[in-house]
Amino acid sequence: MRWQVQMQRRLGHAASRFELDIAFQSDAQRLVLFGPSGAGKTQTLMMMAGLNTPQQGRVVFQNQVVFDSQQSVNLAARERGLGYVFQDYALFPHLTVRQNIGFALKQGLQNPSLAHEDSSVAHWTQVFQLQAVSELYPEQLSGGQRQRTALARALIAKPRALLLDEPFAAMDRSLRQRLREELLELQRKLSLPMVLITHDEEDVKAFAQEVIHIQQGKVVSDSSPYAPADHHA
Amino acid sequence: METAWVALALTLKVAGWATAINLVLGVAVGFALSRGRFMGRGVIDALLTLPMVLPPTVLGYYLLVMLGRHGAVGQWLKEQFGIQLIFTWQGAVIAASIVAFPLVFKAARAAFENVEPTLEQAARVLGLSELAVFFRVTLPLAWRGIMSGTLLAFARATGEFGATLMVAGSIAGQTQTLSIAVYEAVQAGQDQTAHFLVLVTSVSCLAILLSAGYLAPGRVAGQNQRGWP
Repeated sequence: MRWQVQMQRRLGHAASRFELDIAFQSDAQRLVLFGPSGAGKTQTLMMMAGLNTPQQGRVVFQNQVVFDSQQSVNLAARERGLGYVFQDYALFPHLTVRQNIGFALKQGLQNPSLAHEDSSVAHWTQVFQLQAVSELYPEQLSGGQRQRTALARALIAKPRALLLDEPFAAMDRSLRQRLREELLELQRKLSLPMVLITHDEEDVKAFAQEVIHIQQGKVVSDSSPYAPADHHA
Repeated sequence: METAWVALALTLKVAGWATAINLVLGVAVGFALSRGRFMGRGVIDALLTLPMVLPPTVLGYYLLVMLGRHGAVGQWLKEQFGIQLIFTWQGAVIAASIVAFPLVFKAARAAFENVEPTLEQAARVLGLSELAVFFRVTLPLAWRGIMSGTLLAFARATGEFGATLMVAGSIAGQTQTLSIAVYEAVQAGQDQTAHFLVLVTSVSCLAILLSAGYLAPGRVAGQNQRGWP
């Protein structure tokens, strides 16, 4: 099993108390967590990545226990080897595109320099067609370029899986369609497991091998109805 | 004129040390208060801000009581290391540091609170240690705010009078800073010296304020960010 996830966490206070109780397992390479906004999808993804801690539960990724409250296992985010693409991409505003992409290659206390040249930075810059903007700062980029930069920055660290938080939400329709295809193609080419969360049914249709429906912090159904192959058949 | 240059050099030395001390302590305390979730945060913040609102003479009095010959800290320093701080330039550094401290730690705290938490999380997920996250993401993004507070603290330390006079006195060439020299010159009826001292002080303070305004956050936000280290 690729993912075995079982997590509980109470969120919020008093009136807005919210109980997250998520359990699912999946072998899919392209898993989609689908649900309305406020359902707890981002919290779920962050807990899978180690950016947030469940109060109880167990998370196993490809036979590695990354979290187990009973055995007090809780690998830090940086030890899980997962890539994460944030909803607003979270590009470092003080670094250029190239410095952003090369960020994970240096683990010391200093950022890659402006002039930093590296073959894998060059490779990913090329894959995502960012050569022309590699000297620019994130605020100078278009939405699509930001997302590509965020993807390149995550992939350069050679993650074992990529988690994406509403990657297309901030885009207009035509761009969304194109980037969906790009992502799908990328996933197939790298055969890198991905988990994507969305509230957009179109994303599910285009991307999901398996979809997990989440509502009000609970898994309401677990199915694989939208695998693109079936859909087009 | 000789007095003025000696006083200026001493003032810059005292203010420089006070600023360096405040930069380290202010960043550390500002960071702790912006991230820590512990009891009594409000009380600690208020106590540390007190030097900004208390009359400098009151601060000077506290310092005298603590660091003086009969003060707990003063006695201990004397017995352990043979150090006496009262009436020395190091005493003036301590007085200036305490008076200017709130300006640095307030600015640092606000700057740290303005750093988007997801940027730090992005760095963690990319494999960085907490220390690396601080030096590569948090500090560079908070740097402008910290620097503008630090420059204000430098200006404040340069102009320090009350607490410094009480703790370090007014020994020409040793503890007589610009602002104290101005007072002494006026008291002694040396108008020319006073004029010159006042001019030197005003020009240095104006220069500092202009730099602080240039670094203030917001002014450059949205423009290019090449000023970031």
